[in-house]
Amino acid sequence: MRGAPRLLPRHRAPRWAELAVAWALILAAAAAAGFIAVYALDADTQWLGLLLGGAFALLAAGSIVTAKALVPQEKKEQERESLDHDAEDLDVTVYVQEAGEGITRSRLLKGAAGAAGLTVLGALLVPLASCGPLLDVEQLRRMAWRRGRRLVDENGRPLIADEIAIGSMTPAFAEGVDRERLDASLIVVRLRPDELRLPPQRADWAPRGILAYSKICTHAGCAVSMLRYPLFAPKAPSPALVCPCHYSTFDPARAGKVIFGPAGRPLPQLPLSIGENGELFAAGRMSGPVGPSWWGVERG
Amino acid sequence: MRRALAFVMFLLVIPGSAAAQSRGRDLFVQGCSSCHGFGAHGVPGVGPDLHGVGEEAADFYLRTGRMPLDVATGEQPLREKPAYSERGIRAIVAYIGSLGGPRVPKVEPDAGNLSQGQRAFTTYCAGCHQIMGEGGVVTGAAPPDLEQATPTQVAEAVRVGPYVMPAFDSREIDQRTLNSIALYVRDVVQKPPNRGGWGIGNIGPVPEGMIAWLLAGGVLVLVVRVIGERMER
Amino acid sequence: MIYRLVRYLDTRTGQSPLLKKLMRYVFPDHWSFMLGEIALYCFVVLVATGIYLTFFFEPSTHRVVYQGEYSPLRGQTMSEAYRSVLDLSFRTKAGLLMRQTHHWAADVFLVAITLHVLRVFFTGAFRRPRELTYFAGVLMLALALFEGFAGYSLGDDLLSGMGLAIAYSVVMSIPFVGANLALLIWHGPFPGTDQFFSRLYIAHVLLVPVAIGVLLTFHLVSIAFTHHSQFRGSREREDNVVGVPAWPGYTFRTLGLAFATAGVLFLLGGLVQINPVWQWGPFEPSQSTNGAQPDWYLGWLIGALRLMPNWEPHIGSYTLIPNAFWGGAVFPLIVFTFLFFWPAIERRITGDDGIHHLLDRPRDAPWRTAVGVGFFTWVGMIFFAGSSDRVFVEMNISYESQIHVYQVLVFVIPFVAAFIAKRWCEGLLRRELHPLRTPGGGPVRRSASGGFERLRR
Repeated sequence: MRGAPRLLPRHRAPRWAELAVAWALILAAAAAAGFIAVYALDADTQWLGLLLGGAFALLAAGSIVTAKALVPQEKKEQERESLDHDAEDLDVTVYVQEAGEGITRSRLLKGAAGAAGLTVLGALLVPLASCGPLLDVEQLRRMAWRRGRRLVDENGRPLIADEIAIGSMTPAFAEGVDRERLDASLIVVRLRPDELRLPPQRADWAPRGILAYSKICTHAGCAVSMLRYPLFAPKAPSPALVCPCHYSTFDPARAGKVIFGPAGRPLPQLPLSIGENGELFAAGRMSGPVGPSWWGVERG
Repeated sequence: MRRALAFVMFLLVIPGSAAAQSRGRDLFVQGCSSCHGFGAHGVPGVGPDLHGVGEEAADFYLRTGRMPLDVATGEQPLREKPAYSERGIRAIVAYIGSLGGPRVPKVEPDAGNLSQGQRAFTTYCAGCHQIMGEGGVVTGAAPPDLEQATPTQVAEAVRVGPYVMPAFDSREIDQRTLNSIALYVRDVVQKPPNRGGWGIGNIGPVPEGMIAWLLAGGVLVLVVRVIGERMER
Repeated sequence: MIYRLVRYLDTRTGQSPLLKKLMRYVFPDHWSFMLGEIALYCFVVLVATGIYLTFFFEPSTHRVVYQGEYSPLRGQTMSEAYRSVLDLSFRTKAGLLMRQTHHWAADVFLVAITLHVLRVFFTGAFRRPRELTYFAGVLMLALALFEGFAGYSLGDDLLSGMGLAIAYSVVMSIPFVGANLALLIWHGPFPGTDQFFSRLYIAHVLLVPVAIGVLLTFHLVSIAFTHHSQFRGSREREDNVVGVPAWPGYTFRTLGLAFATAGVLFLLGGLVQINPVWQWGPFEPSQSTNGAQPDWYLGWLIGALRLMPNWEPHIGSYTLIPNAFWGGAVFPLIVFTFLFFWPAIERRITGDDGIHHLLDRPRDAPWRTAVGVGFFTWVGMIFFAGSSDRVFVEMNISYESQIHVYQVLVFVIPFVAAFIAKRWCEGLLRRELHPLRTPGGGPVRRSASGGFERLRR
């Protein structure tokens, strides 16, 4: 400004820099205009991104050239102000202390203030408990499966024992139960009866070698959606149910025992029975709780 | 007249297929019997009995080059260029078919429903092969990607259950569902709908993270090196 | 004209003295000091694109049947939320651009934060008087991790739904109170009710961004109070700041970085696909896909969850530590505890409680660098273990053996790396003091005839 004293060093912007910045800005404008045009036409995502991103990149180039060549180049030195204001710190402390000087029952008041503060804060936080059944962990123990419940596929059709081939896998659900419930879904596989190694108390849980396990991994709740079943058994990996999240591997022949991976509990098994028209029914409850472990989860 | 014609055709076909079978048997003895035995009854602990596996299995394994086995018995057979010519494959397939078992499955992707296929693929296949058929992992095997799988090969694999894949027969995955799955593989897996640009493998966050670090991170670090100063030596 | 504007504002606010001071405020301008700014500008892009997305996203788990243009999903039942993301991607002009830019910005936000944290750690920038700045930063890192996870989980697609199931399991695994907490947050057993989704949404679009905004403001203001630190140089001392003044130099530098960040993010947003939720399909708890991974910045957690042996100590009918707790909670707790308490640990060990405005080069503090290298190598190895299944797919190295090898190496390699780092730093320092005495060489003597000969020790 005329008359005002000079504050910044003199600087002459090199011509190339001015032209470069001008071009950058003009091209950026063109790109942005292009973006508007493409948006109005067919709004192809790739072109939109190229043009808008390009516009910004050009603005970036212009700014950087401005910074490095157009404006005065300075390296300034400044003193660091001290962060130490002991006198003021003392004054602040004295203000606080002197304000309370007249109080004699300070311990009583402090205690009461503390109690009031905590309880009022607590009172304000307590309504958050309405967010969910905080105290009702029994909900985690609810069971969709009980004796007599029919197995259905995802279209609601009953599962027929004869339709399940050896070495295949089928998902199944509890009839009449919300399919989203973790305790409702099963993975049904069929092994050759000679492959089974179930414990004695589960000897009749797998009619014709058909086994039903919870589909929800006991590690972290993902759906166990992989069956490994060898076509030619010697030397190939043995049958297993595997979870794709962290590769917990369960042995369907051995009551869902964990044979690899981080799961801490075997996969719960559902005893099956075959009804009169060959339909599959649950013959009892699941062998254990479904889903990931928690503090009070039943083991075994 | 029609019956005469049919009889003539019958006579022509028999020697043709018999010739194919006999040539197939020769090829089999040459290239397969060391593991599957001369009579294709299998060698214990080495190669399975092929009686009853049918054209279905033979066609699958030979066309995808998984047989002859290039790895040790018990290891996962991998897809490769077929070792036999088209005629050779047909011959061996005819021979194995003559030992009994299912024919090559019929599959018509265009008779399927894409949405049903997406659903069925998610339920039965995605756990191992990944939702976009990019292949995956199960402990003990690497389910392959499905980039090169023809509809017939898809159908064959579903029915045969090669290596450690489950085998689904028509009671579990019926013809319509099979058509739909093959359609999904053909029209989605093999032609991924990459509306967002470069698909970077269609397997999600792993390549996305690589781009974020190497491409975005690399460029932006370069930018700050241009803008900023370096340390004095 | 500028004068008139400034006069107008000043006579109504009285802030010209402050403005003048700010304009000449000096910024040390080493390039590594701008890494935090990359994060800042990513945050700006996130907020801007995020606001746009809220104009179209429907945060509801109410079930609908899709009849839109993406045929593989036509006729399928899905949540309104998922459908709104499909519609945004396929029907809304520039919708997919904004969605993808937003998601790329989140990934790059965390890349920048990570680089920035590493720079701060290895140069000792967290020392007095910058501890508060540092704590705000560590908190922002934690919030950013949560925010990203919440953001991509809102889409209710198969991939992110699996991630929510895992998050639920980790919360469940907290000793004593985990199940109670999970039921509270999810409004019942997983998958919870529509209310869980409302909470996730409001956390992601309001609560966490505001928290980050407040912390960010505090972070920047406290940097201004203490002035940025700087490396030692010919003019730089403890009691001064040497650098570029805010106006005009730094303004255009930082503007350039802002535009560059926006440029990179929009270019990626249009040209490189990210999170194509239509390919994953809608989420159902009974379904899963292979190759499901969280976004990159949570890869350290999936690595930990996969590496942990299946220890689940229990007493009687009580499970003390459900397995998911180790990898999902203990591990990140250790990492954040380390980050949070490191300034205090270092103070205790070095006995150095003094003010430091001059930064260390990594070599200037060999043992801090060693500990840092060791620690971050540990986290890094666990991170890489999280995608070892894809290594199996690409390179045919058995998954189980990779895991077993990682389980050992994850504790061996960090020590090796720390040892190497320490020696390297010490070697570099030695070389600076004695430029002719390279690690492989020794002292030389020049003879009268002009040649050099090695002095034998």
